[in-house]
Amino acid sequence: MTPEKMYDEFTKGIWKENPVFVQVLGMCPTLAVTNSAVNAVAMGAATAFVLIGSCFLVSALRKYIPKQVRITTYIVIIATFVTIADMVLEALVPAVHKELGAFIALIVVNCIILGRQEAFAGRNPPLPAVLDAAGMSVGFFIALMCLGSTREILGSGSIFGVPLFGPSYEPWVIMVLPPGGFLVLGGILLLFNWVKQRKLARRAGASA
Amino acid sequence: MSDLVWIFVGAMLVNNFTLYYFLGLCPFFGVSGRLQVAFRLGMATTFVMVITSLSSWALTTFVLPYAPYLKLISFIVVIASTVQFVEMLIKKVSPVLFRALGIYLPLITTNCAILFLALTQTSKEYSLIQGLAFAVGAGGGFTLALVLMAGLREELELATIPAVIKGTALSMIIAGILSMAFMGFAGMFSAS
Repeated sequence: MTPEKMYDEFTKGIWKENPVFVQVLGMCPTLAVTNSAVNAVAMGAATAFVLIGSCFLVSALRKYIPKQVRITTYIVIIATFVTIADMVLEALVPAVHKELGAFIALIVVNCIILGRQEAFAGRNPPLPAVLDAAGMSVGFFIALMCLGSTREILGSGSIFGVPLFGPSYEPWVIMVLPPGGFLVLGGILLLFNWVKQRKLARRAGASA
Repeated sequence: MSDLVWIFVGAMLVNNFTLYYFLGLCPFFGVSGRLQVAFRLGMATTFVMVITSLSSWALTTFVLPYAPYLKLISFIVVIASTVQFVEMLIKKVSPVLFRALGIYLPLITTNCAILFLALTQTSKEYSLIQGLAFAVGAGGGFTLALVLMAGLREELELATIPAVIKGTALSMIIAGILSMAFMGFAGMFSAS
């Protein structure tokens, strides 16, 4: 495998096939835990651990997993890694673990993870599978950070708990409540659409 | 009795699974194109929720005290088998519905609302009856959200909207407004 190919496998998850903004997968954790930047970081890290670990294991075992029961096998492998992540977070950062609540356990049913096993790790050798998983994790992490920091800045006037605007700032509370998650993600997707349309229009203009 | 009503209404309206906890968003955005299909998927999901609630109660009572680390794995296996059962049932009873639901039927397995239901029920230590009220309420709430969304999107197909907002961005913003509307239920019960 050439270095360029490896680089491609890694970077496609960050921009071209970004799991949240382009594929619109894994919405539930994306919206539910991004009311502050700290939660977004913890969620991103836990998901990355599960994704990379399970992609490696699935791709290493791909020749031994019978086709008929592959989904069940994947889910059991993923659930094992999630249980590990859950226990580790509970031991290291109990406060964050409490805040995220059931959403750590819900990584099991995050479609990004099962989707990568089915689409990539189940058919490729371990090295590209891990690179692919790492790229997707970075893309997911970036998306979580975008949402988490936007919502925290607008909704609490702070970032990572550090106040930004001083005491005169009136927090836009709706942004840290559930509707804010939908609205901010809607806004970001709108921005993506707009950029894409401008690019298309410019290309059409250049060829005409 | 009153706590049963509170659990039911709480799961259905006040803390609506989809619009408050952001659960089950994949089918919420994926299947909400047609009203009838949306309603039936909601019903299928509710059915899976009720079965899951029963079996996770049995698991927490009889198995998990001996092996707490198996919680996630055993729940997900139960959910996957229930979905498999529902899939066979629908395929037999209504092939038309089976085709209309398509990939979203097996995907009920990875609907986070169902796993969340099992986990919440365990952590709140609901009894069998309370768990059932919780499951029916949650399923009803999910169906309600799905049907509302489908109705709105059917109407929107007739409207002229700017090309730049079409697709997921618009659904997202509608969901935000719906979620705001559901926040109005928050004052219904003061104690949780």
